[in-house]
Amino acid sequence: MSFVFWFLAAIAVAGALAAVLLKNLVHCALALTVVFTGLALLFLQLDAQFAGFAQILVYVGAVAILVVFAILLTRSSETPKDGGVFSRTWMAGLVIAAAVFAVLGWAVLQSEAGLPHETAVPNVTVQQIGNALMGRYVLPLEIVALLLTAAMVGAVIVAMHEMGDAK
Amino acid sequence: MFEKADQVFLLLRDWLVGFLPPGWRSAAGVVLGVIGIIAVFPGLFAITTVLERKGLGRMQNRLGPNRVGPFGILQPIADAIKSLTKEDIVPLNADAVVHFLAPVFLVVVVFMGFAVLPVGRNMVLVNMDSGLLFYFAMGASTEVSIFMAGWSSRNKYSLLGAMRAVAQMISYEVPLLLSSVVIVMMTGSLSLVKIVEAQNQYSWGLPHWYIFTPWGCAAFVMYAVAATAETNRSPFDLPEGESELVAGYFTEYSGFKFALFFLGEYLAMLSISGLGTTLFLGGWSAPLAVLNWVPSWIWFFSKVMLSISVLIWVRGTLPRLRQDQLMNFAWKFVLPMTLLNLMVAALWRFMGDGWARWVICSAILLLVYVGAGRVGMRREHFGPRTYRYAE
Repeated sequence: MSFVFWFLAAIAVAGALAAVLLKNLVHCALALTVVFTGLALLFLQLDAQFAGFAQILVYVGAVAILVVFAILLTRSSETPKDGGVFSRTWMAGLVIAAAVFAVLGWAVLQSEAGLPHETAVPNVTVQQIGNALMGRYVLPLEIVALLLTAAMVGAVIVAMHEMGDAK
Repeated sequence: MFEKADQVFLLLRDWLVGFLPPGWRSAAGVVLGVIGIIAVFPGLFAITTVLERKGLGRMQNRLGPNRVGPFGILQPIADAIKSLTKEDIVPLNADAVVHFLAPVFLVVVVFMGFAVLPVGRNMVLVNMDSGLLFYFAMGASTEVSIFMAGWSSRNKYSLLGAMRAVAQMISYEVPLLLSSVVIVMMTGSLSLVKIVEAQNQYSWGLPHWYIFTPWGCAAFVMYAVAATAETNRSPFDLPEGESELVAGYFTEYSGFKFALFFLGEYLAMLSISGLGTTLFLGGWSAPLAVLNWVPSWIWFFSKVMLSISVLIWVRGTLPRLRQDQLMNFAWKFVLPMTLLNLMVAALWRFMGDGWARWVICSAILLLVYVGAGRVGMRREHFGPRTYRYAE
């Protein structure tokens, strides 16, 4: 494990801790973007250009912004001024995060036995990923697309309903 | 002789790096490239501000800056000194850390985008396999910094401006990406260097730029619209509409931080013009085969400055849109047109050579453009102004 890996891992873990422990929700969301960036840089360090840039494009560019919008639209962004940077329920947040991480880690470690054991580092270009997505994995891709379309139609219907009420 | 003029910056870099021990040379070469980018593009930014103020002045029947230096061309230096010496005010209620980080983050991310732009033959800092994806990833990250600026100021105008900016940038990012995907489909590569090389061919002395094909021309128009919106330029400058929001998300910034926002905005404009040049206007390739002796970097920067001039011209000509018009235009017109353009590009690819594909592809695009415009405008009724929320 090189110095670069430890550096990026430290950034990602620090961002994750901040996202769980901080008091102000918008700060948590911004810390989450740090985690996303750290993960993207880890992908890049593993020579996975497509995964890394897609991570930045989708998560930093869109998901983080959506999270922030959701926070600002659902509850007040103003937090009470009474002292402390950390959330009062930081213990609960930390425990829940650790539990989720433990379950995920356990699942990943269990699945290792079922995977083919790669010895050489595969050299995958963006073109190959595109071919795989459009060829072998086209059905999962289309199912995801359908799911997202359904979600979007649902969101539009919810918004239209509210507009009808106002009139 | 012409070869040397074309590669002069690379020769200069190699000469400078030659003084160092061999182990350091590649790293020093990269550092010199970064210094080049950091020196050249802010220099262009200074020129652009003068050009914009003088040009807008001309369009509005006034002189523009004319006091500092001959014809006011030293104005950017005076501006720089002014913003460096001004007091840096942070509002009492502002979130100081986020307020400080926002402009820094913006400028860093915008500078990163220049890393993959080929500014001349062999002149690219990082020749990435997925350069276009990297560029868009960096472009998408600017939204976070704009939100940070607007939210941390604790000012309702700032927050409104940031919300508008983010909503607008997310909406127009989709057509921006989809109009560029056509180029990737035709070139078969995400590398910007390969995209320029594919356009650097000539038949009868005329270049094979993508703008000279039906799908390329349509994509270029939509790219230009989306890029103008993405950089918050007029007529899409609602996020900083001064008549309603003071200055939008950077209302609470002063002194050098304000200058950083200004720099970031103009650098984003230069960089997105550079990307448009690379994708559609042949990058560093010459417009005529006989002009190939002119150094390639001159062509790149001329095309970028020409695009900037068009942006200034548009700013001086068009009125600002309303928020609902902006969103309707993005989702109901530009996005369907980009999707159609993807189909047309595929059709073009599979019809093979010959004149038939020119006629059919152009006809489809023109018919749908005119038809969609007609149908879309039918529902608009132009009459006395009606107010929905105010009597």
